[in-house]
Amino acid sequence: MGSILRFRKLSYLAPVKLHTEKKVEQEKKAVDVPNPCFSPEPTKRALAPTVRRSGGKEWRCMDNCCWMIGFLCTTWWLCLFLFNCLPATLPGFQAPESPGVRLKREGITALHPVVMVPGIVTGGLELWEGKPCAEDLFRKRLWGGGFTEIIRRPLCWLEHLSLDNETGLDPPGIRVRAVPGLVAADYFGPGYFVWAVLIENLAKIGYEGKNLYMAAYDWRLSFQNTEIRDQALSRLKSKIELMYVINGYKKVVVVPHSMGVVYFLHFLKWVETPPPVGGGGGSGWCSKHIKAVMNIGPTFLGVPKTVSNLFSGEAKDVAFLRAMDPGVLDSEMLGLQTVEHLLRAGRTWDSIVSLLPKGGETIWGNLDWSPEENHACDLSKRKPLGERNSTDGNAKRSALKEPVKYGRMISFGKAAAELPSSLLPSLDPKTTTKKNSTSSCSEVRTEYDEMNREIIGKIAENKAYTARTVLDLLRAVAPKMMKRAEAHFSHGIADNLDDPKYTQHYKYWSNPLETKLPDAPDMEIYCLYGIGIPTERSYVYKQSPSSRCKSIPFRIDTSVNGDRGESCLRGGVSFVDGDESVPVLSAGFMCAKGWRGRTRFNPSGASTYVREYRHKPPASLLEGRGAESGAHVDIMGNVGLIEDVMRVAAGATGLGIGGDRVHSDIVRMSDRINIRL
Amino acid sequence: MPTLRRRKPADSDKPTTSAPSDDARGGGGGTTGRGEEEEEEDYEQDADNSKRKKNNNKRRRKKKAAAAAAAAASADNKHPALPSEEEEDGRKHHRKRSKWSCVDNCCWFVGCVCLTWWVLLFLYNAMPASFPQYVTEAITGPSPDPPGVKLKKEGLKAKHPVVFVPGIVTAGLELWEGHQCAEGLFRKRLWGGTFGEVYKRPLCWTEHMSLDNETGLDPPGIRVRPVSGLVAADYFAPGYFVWAVLIANLARIGYEEKTMYMASYDWRLSFQNTEVRDQTLSRTKSNIELMVATNGGNKAVIIPHSMGVLYFLHFMKWVEAPAPMGGGGGPDWCAKHIKAVINIGGPFLGVPKAVTGLFSAEARDIAVVRALTPGFLDNDIFRLQTLQHIMKMSRTWDSTMSMIPRGGDTIWGDLDWSPEDGYSPSKRGQKNNETDIKNQDGSDSKPSQTAKAHYGRIISFGKEVAEAPSSEIERIDFRDALKGKNVANSTCRDVWTEYHDMGFGGINACAEYKAYTAGSIVDLLRFVAPKMMDRGSCHFSYGIADDLDDPKYNHYKYWSNPLETKLPNAPDMEIFSMYGVGIPTERAYVYRLSPSAECYIPFQIDTSAVGEDKDSCLKDGVYTVDGDETVPALSAGYMCAKGWRGKTRFNPSGIRTYIREYDHSPPANLLEGRGTQSGAHVDIMGNFALIEDVMRVAAGDSGDDLGGDRVYSDIFKWSEKIKLKL
Repeated sequence: MGSILRFRKLSYLAPVKLHTEKKVEQEKKAVDVPNPCFSPEPTKRALAPTVRRSGGKEWRCMDNCCWMIGFLCTTWWLCLFLFNCLPATLPGFQAPESPGVRLKREGITALHPVVMVPGIVTGGLELWEGKPCAEDLFRKRLWGGGFTEIIRRPLCWLEHLSLDNETGLDPPGIRVRAVPGLVAADYFGPGYFVWAVLIENLAKIGYEGKNLYMAAYDWRLSFQNTEIRDQALSRLKSKIELMYVINGYKKVVVVPHSMGVVYFLHFLKWVETPPPVGGGGGSGWCSKHIKAVMNIGPTFLGVPKTVSNLFSGEAKDVAFLRAMDPGVLDSEMLGLQTVEHLLRAGRTWDSIVSLLPKGGETIWGNLDWSPEENHACDLSKRKPLGERNSTDGNAKRSALKEPVKYGRMISFGKAAAELPSSLLPSLDPKTTTKKNSTSSCSEVRTEYDEMNREIIGKIAENKAYTARTVLDLLRAVAPKMMKRAEAHFSHGIADNLDDPKYTQHYKYWSNPLETKLPDAPDMEIYCLYGIGIPTERSYVYKQSPSSRCKSIPFRIDTSVNGDRGESCLRGGVSFVDGDESVPVLSAGFMCAKGWRGRTRFNPSGASTYVREYRHKPPASLLEGRGAESGAHVDIMGNVGLIEDVMRVAAGATGLGIGGDRVHSDIVRMSDRINIRL
Repeated sequence: MPTLRRRKPADSDKPTTSAPSDDARGGGGGTTGRGEEEEEEDYEQDADNSKRKKNNNKRRRKKKAAAAAAAAASADNKHPALPSEEEEDGRKHHRKRSKWSCVDNCCWFVGCVCLTWWVLLFLYNAMPASFPQYVTEAITGPSPDPPGVKLKKEGLKAKHPVVFVPGIVTAGLELWEGHQCAEGLFRKRLWGGTFGEVYKRPLCWTEHMSLDNETGLDPPGIRVRPVSGLVAADYFAPGYFVWAVLIANLARIGYEEKTMYMASYDWRLSFQNTEVRDQTLSRTKSNIELMVATNGGNKAVIIPHSMGVLYFLHFMKWVEAPAPMGGGGGPDWCAKHIKAVINIGGPFLGVPKAVTGLFSAEARDIAVVRALTPGFLDNDIFRLQTLQHIMKMSRTWDSTMSMIPRGGDTIWGDLDWSPEDGYSPSKRGQKNNETDIKNQDGSDSKPSQTAKAHYGRIISFGKEVAEAPSSEIERIDFRDALKGKNVANSTCRDVWTEYHDMGFGGINACAEYKAYTAGSIVDLLRFVAPKMMDRGSCHFSYGIADDLDDPKYNHYKYWSNPLETKLPNAPDMEIFSMYGVGIPTERAYVYRLSPSAECYIPFQIDTSAVGEDKDSCLKDGVYTVDGDETVPALSAGYMCAKGWRGKTRFNPSGIRTYIREYDHSPPANLLEGRGTQSGAHVDIMGNFALIEDVMRVAAGDSGDDLGGDRVYSDIFKWSEKIKLKL
């Protein structure tokens, strides 16, 4: 219905446009000059002498052009000048007071040093050694900042950002390193803040270089490789120890964001493990040095979006592609193969694998069941929590409304996404055998080229994949990447956490379901995340119609929509509640249930807190990205979140800031998950 | 204007024109527009000239011109437009046309300029990156490989982690908390970078750059902190490299962020205060330990530059001193963590230039002020008191006092004698001329007939005093002179320097003393700037130790003075002293009383004092010797040439020392920029020979592998003349 209306609106607008154009044309004819100007008044002024002097040759087309440009420039400069003269705050428009100023007035001052751990893609990368095509880019940012190099030399840029396909480390002759310091991730692009707002507010209550540290790392590498290549973990350890000492033996508050959360989880295990694998900090290190870990938008249990990203390169709004989306993805710059090129570069980045859904069917649901069932997608029509609870008990209602089967993370065709599981054909993708294809796709070789068309067909025949089988699927379509990455990451659930393999091998350290938290009963763990934005959860796929050898054979079937207006299935993607990137389940489960109290994952009983921030889009353009946003990155500018972080940094405890603050169904969802604790 | 007046009633005759009030405004707009037309034409010519020059100013000026033009254009366009439309075929063709064409011409012209500018910009961007190099090579012949490339071909690899210690003024400072006037500058550079704020809000800027007059720490409500990371001092201003060339070359053989560390610190503070306020020394210690640990136990190579040399000297004592005052690293910390200290242009014994900077703010070319000089010092931005403002600001910086000449008369010479006696620029070539030296030695005892430079008199009042034999100078001691009240105190309330407390009596007393040697200079400064020196004497000392084992030398104020500390016990460590020579460097000054002694600084360098013959070292009131433009060779080289050479009381463990001098040769042409063979204080950081030496040491070579000493100046001869117990 909505789309029809929209269409009507369009068609209604069209004639008007035509009409005005015609009018302009008529005017033009009337004055008999080929150059339309942007505003009628100056046009006439300019035209008047022209008409009169049509015999003379002073004002020709060229001159008119110059005149136009000159006029535009001068107006532009005038506006710029006026803009600069403008007082910083317009009278009448009272800028909301920043939390930093408010808390300073309350008398809160810096106490605990703060360590920030940026997430994937938000950290800057700079070039230290490159191929001849990147001659003059030494110590210039390849990632973050202007991204101008993408447009100037896209292939060169991709080559330098890719890692070695075998080792997952630097390709020979190329060294791209993380930018260090606060500048690494304060702004992602010019004007697009990530940590800047938080930093500025912290500075208001007295933070500065000595008690504020950005633990920048190369986010393309697997976590252990950042230590092997750059000693990033050792540096982080030494920095935390140093800050602890020079700030009067005050423990550190760590604020990781997005993938930084799993990275820091890895660090927590690494630092207490004896060398050579670990940092040798001893078993009391965390409880001695860390006061609280304030995870922002945590990706504890993975992000479904990564699946589609790795599977078909179709990261519709994963931040890292979105950054380049306008005009890059759809253009033909790289010779029609933009997506393929990106897929190839992206698949050399091990870190992405750390974001695949963890915990398999127990957490994410199987063919028939998922913890988020009964999720009402029309978020605007949501009822208050209490009311919903009572209606949810009503079996009738859930029968009426056909639940979306979120457990089927990838299904081929809409039917497969909705059929009951008994009707689905089952086929183990592991049994498919591989043959070398003889295609001559030498230019861009994604691993699909090595796959036989038959296998691709078989994959599609399997119809539906859950969180567990999706891993098998990826192993089938991207064997090299998965082989490399699975040496570094694991996605299961531990049966017996005391099994020595879990402490000895680093691949389990970033999976909260396969590690114990360190023995630090005083440490506090926060999960701070936004809610109220539809977040991708599962996908409906189709085989790509053009089976040219170089294209990716699978596509999200964007034609699939839910039957009703309030369906969660739109454009081939089913949505749940979340912060646009991370579903609530992944962000909140560990704090809400997995670690709550004294569980086997949290043997020392470190206290956990869930703090949710409901998304409120910015009211006007003047507000920029909004002070109450809940979106994955924009939440870093959320006033409520900033205040919480600052209070904890200044010494407050989790109970001091009000304990849990829950708006979503996270508690109910967690209850539905059957996991031994 | 009369035409406009006449027009108004005519316009208001028309029934269709807008309200008279509008019209009146229109007339007003027209007036301003016309008033500015002439200016615009000036701007046109202006811009026309600068277009050929293609410098950056062009853009700025053009923008201004355009803004003015735009103001005119818009004012013109809006209001008188109404009548003009109606009078298409009216009677005032002629007047209107001329007005028209003027504004239009303006627009047209701006458009043209913009277009050309864009075309040029486009061409510039489209130009292959190697083009400038190609042009250079076409003119000057093939340029040598940068040392990084050359050494990489030789197979050198990164081995020892490298720590850079920047000097005074070259490192950036950024704002973390400020007053109202600095709104919007959070984490923006106040020092380094473009210095845009100096022009925009000069008083606000000096306020934020100043420290507290009493404590030498932050004033209340202001926090300015050093920029951290390599960016702190790679470029001082856009295009003006400091460490960038060295960093780029090191990167060629495999160095990167994890093996390079810029130990940036707030260079305004005294050294110990950087630890008290920012824990900078602790951070440096922790970083060196980390880098040594993560690089397989390879010791660090430290590269301090300029004042960083003293800072690191302080660090080496601090790190081994026990905990509350020191870093508690234990007596063998340096031996365990440091392979070599490569001092670049180190003012070990101070810089004479620092004296004048503190005394009269006339740091003709101390980097501090030089950076701001063009169009700044001499104009009226601060209402004629630029120098006083700068002086007031820089006197709150304790670190400037670390560069006051140390060692007094023993090192720098007394009224009659100085180690550099007999130096003259033209004689530099014939170093081994024995007779030459003898002659000068002989002439020392007699009153010289020719104008022999008395370098020992660092400040003398009047040229006669500077040249007269010591017996003829009558000196009246100034130390007990009464400081009178300044009559003019009230009128100078804006800028308050301590001179106003001295009064005329005190000022004259200073001048009556006639000549000051390095020893009495400290007293002089104490007299003219008591507050500053009170603060400074808690942090720095300028003497020579008689007995180094005296426990008082455990106090941190002695740690940055090489003549009052022992080097750490690290026999395997190496100390290099690398500096440029071949540039006249300020050594002694001729002063006079400033004629108008009211709100001005009462002393000035007497720029009229010039030596008689061409060979004279006296120019514009300044005696110069050999050095790197800032630091005299004596100060940079003496410790390594003699003070620490072998096993002396200053160097009990016998750390090996090496002197590497780099003879200055100016860049052959403009395309070379600041040259690859420069010996100037900062430009030497781009000297290929120096970079190669540094890289070889970083890759594992010892001083002997480099070829030991490399000397162009008379440093050894001069050192011999200094009689210091070793």
